[in-house]
Amino acid sequence: MLSKTVTELASALDRKETSAVELTQAFLDRIQQLNPSINAYITVTAEQALAQAAKADAIRADGNAGPLTGIPIAHKDIFCTTDVLTTCGSKMLHNFISPYSATVVERLEAAGAVMLGKTNMDEFAMGSSNETSHYGAVRNPWDQERVPGGSSGGSAAAVAADLCAMATGTDTGGSIRQPASFCGITGLKPTYGRVSRFGMIAFASSLDQAGPLTKSAEDAALMMNAIAGTDQRDSTSLDLPAEDFTAMLGDSLQGLKVGLPKQHFSKDLNPAVSDLLQGAIKVLESLGATVKEVDLPNNHLSVPSYYVIAPAEASANLSRYDGVRYGYRCEDPVNLEDLYKRSRSEGFGDEVKRRILVGTYALSAGYYDAYYKKAQKIRRLIKQDFDAAFEDVDVILGPTSPHTAFKLGEKNSDPVTMYLEDIYTIAVNLAGLPGMSLPIGQINNLPIGMQLIGPSFGEARLLNVAHQYQLNTDWHQQRPEV
Amino acid sequence: MTWETVIGLEVHVQLATQSKLFSGSPTKFGAEPNTQANIYDLALPGTLPVMNKEVLRMAVSFGLAIDAEIGKRSVFDRKNYFYPDLPKGYQVSQLDFPTVGKGSLTIEMEDGTEKVIGVTRAHIEEDAGKSLHEDFQGMTGIDLNRAGTPLLEIVSEPDLRSAKEAVAYLKKLHSIILYLGISDGNMAQGSMRCDANVSVRKKGETEFGTRAEIKNINSFRFVEKAINHEVERQIDLIEDGGRVVQETRLYDSELNETRSMRSKEVANDYRYFPEPDLLPVVIDDDYIAAVQATMPELPNAKRARFVSEHGLSDYDAGVLTADRAMAEYFETVVTTCGDAKLAANWVSVDLLGLLNKADKGIAESPVSPEQLGTLIARIKDNTISGKIAKTVFEAMAEGEGDVDQIIENKGLKQVTDTGALESLVDEVITSNPDQVEQFRSGKEQVFGYLVGQAMKLSKGKANPGQVNKLLREKLNNG
Repeated sequence: MLSKTVTELASALDRKETSAVELTQAFLDRIQQLNPSINAYITVTAEQALAQAAKADAIRADGNAGPLTGIPIAHKDIFCTTDVLTTCGSKMLHNFISPYSATVVERLEAAGAVMLGKTNMDEFAMGSSNETSHYGAVRNPWDQERVPGGSSGGSAAAVAADLCAMATGTDTGGSIRQPASFCGITGLKPTYGRVSRFGMIAFASSLDQAGPLTKSAEDAALMMNAIAGTDQRDSTSLDLPAEDFTAMLGDSLQGLKVGLPKQHFSKDLNPAVSDLLQGAIKVLESLGATVKEVDLPNNHLSVPSYYVIAPAEASANLSRYDGVRYGYRCEDPVNLEDLYKRSRSEGFGDEVKRRILVGTYALSAGYYDAYYKKAQKIRRLIKQDFDAAFEDVDVILGPTSPHTAFKLGEKNSDPVTMYLEDIYTIAVNLAGLPGMSLPIGQINNLPIGMQLIGPSFGEARLLNVAHQYQLNTDWHQQRPEV
Repeated sequence: MTWETVIGLEVHVQLATQSKLFSGSPTKFGAEPNTQANIYDLALPGTLPVMNKEVLRMAVSFGLAIDAEIGKRSVFDRKNYFYPDLPKGYQVSQLDFPTVGKGSLTIEMEDGTEKVIGVTRAHIEEDAGKSLHEDFQGMTGIDLNRAGTPLLEIVSEPDLRSAKEAVAYLKKLHSIILYLGISDGNMAQGSMRCDANVSVRKKGETEFGTRAEIKNINSFRFVEKAINHEVERQIDLIEDGGRVVQETRLYDSELNETRSMRSKEVANDYRYFPEPDLLPVVIDDDYIAAVQATMPELPNAKRARFVSEHGLSDYDAGVLTADRAMAEYFETVVTTCGDAKLAANWVSVDLLGLLNKADKGIAESPVSPEQLGTLIARIKDNTISGKIAKTVFEAMAEGEGDVDQIIENKGLKQVTDTGALESLVDEVITSNPDQVEQFRSGKEQVFGYLVGQAMKLSKGKANPGQVNKLLREKLNNG
């Protein structure tokens, strides 16, 4: 039962094979059993979950259930939630309880989803392995010696290990897609501005975007229906008419034009990953798609420009954590400067400090033009590359990650090695485009995903391609033995 | 050696919006600490700014008032620094693309000369909170009520050449923002704050000297004193062989001196970059035209109209239009009494005299414009004389009631009844035989004395015109 998709659970609830309370209790039991080893959750909210589930059952009994009513969900601990800790994976917010909830959380609650708890993550979403969390590394359910990816590693591991039916994540440079690939699940990063950032703790404001981590593309579409849409509390949210992301799921792929970026399929691509991608392409071709090569000439500049822009924004976004109003405060500060220095030195982890330093440097007088301004120029070029490619193709297909999940501690010593984990995903954030990852096979019993990238607002088409692929394959149904 | 002073002013004007620049918190002055700060003002994690559109309208209206270029695409930036009353660790401001670009305004000096002062720019930014040092032993309190209040920072060109010009510029700005209704302009409460960049150079030199920035000047009077003090300090320093250091100095109004606050040579690097939580503010010609359509008549236009429409002297028009409330008061008086010249005299002499003596503003005037208008109307319809009117005016100022009521109660109505006046004139003639004789023998000057006697006898109530006429008739016929 716990491995079922949202769609399957909803029909089981409709058929009264189970109740939301029973389902919630079953997930809570499994969390209690497995979370000590997997560490996917920072906070489990059993009591509230059961209360929400009871409410959901009542709503269903009244005949008012929607597609997500009574479905247990896990929220990345980056989303503010009232009454419950919101730590963002950091010691800095070890005691922070938000007086308000994020729009994403509010909307899912309104849709009837039952919150099981808050998931582990890289500190302030800075990391690609979930090892920077103050609350300990998350273990990949496929191999507990390995990382689940990051930064939404807790959410991805929770979905893969059936510790929830679906989860929220955020993606600044690949933080939904890469863990989805490592954990063998489906993850979607929507177009920038599609989902409100209100109440989502900022890492890099111009790149951050919330999205679903699910067991199928269909589930992702259902979650998108709940969370997408304009929000007056976020000035960067797009004022678009409401869209039904499930509407195109059943469309045929006949005539679909798939672009393969030559930069993603270079000789550097891992041959095993390449083979699996070729297999996935064949599936799509058998469904009527055609493929052609596309050129993303500035793709190689995406990682360096990202590691200027994202830390620059982060350096300002994280200034508010000063020990004055909330969060971690050092003991017995002797004066204001001491309060700032020690609260921040003790409250932030190494990776966060590294990025604040890099960002501060990049914005400094005399360096601004050489770094920040230049990175913004590159960002425009990257966007133009995609725009040109999408004149010829409907979606772009390529790898999500260079390889399968790596071992815990393997890439900790060199930050740059870790930064290169996101080499295929980062350009999508810089261009503000929608991108998703879905499982297409395994290498040495470890799952790996392919990435689909769409033009702005092209989520429905991406979900359609992914859904059609999943109707014809069963990689998304593979579960780890935990 | 003759020195030239070069001054540029940076004026922060608190815009009179109901709510803050990027949050819905109210902006009232004087509320209990931290009762007007919401989740955004407190910089809680995950909060985002949403711009108050009224601020944009106000900024654009100011831009139009000083004939400035209006930024059709203005961009907010983050100005980064740590301070406890700056909760986000950055202030949202506008660096490269302000809403108001180059403009100018004309100042008038006391001797009537005019000078055009360039305005470099005016940008929108949020105010910081306040650190309260006094009430906490060994600690600092933070009040975030003011944090996020919208400010318009108006930066002048270094076109001002004396403290007096600086004051005239500031007064002109004050007048414009009050006319536009975009701020209460209350300097004592900090709604209008002034920083002055001051430098000196030898007359004839084209390069600017090194400047010092004087902060914390919170009244027109202090602006003049602070600048003069700073100019003196700089000249003394240079003449003694020293050099001026570029720095920020704080004006102490009690000691009337400026002192060094921090050196700008080791200044903060604010690491400005575009605020990613806000989209650029894009406006079109239609928007600007719509703001233009709601603009009130501004001081210069009003002054010209007062000259052409009401026939006032340029000087009177200037006095009456310096303050929008004063100009509106005056126009109500004119509408009520129908005589602009009398109204101008009464408002600029009697009313202003009264208000100055009581240290009150026009808004607190004890005499309403309708009352004053009626008073003038009573002079014109001969109910009372101009002299009696002063008595009535004083009574109104004391709150003794309306014009007609006071005239009635005090029995001040002018005597116009011919019978009563005749007996009055007769009595004057009878009791002043010598003067009557002198007049009749051709000494015309005595006539004024006799009229005065008649007026005195009537306690000022007699209609002077009629007294004149009657007296002359009787004397000539006698």
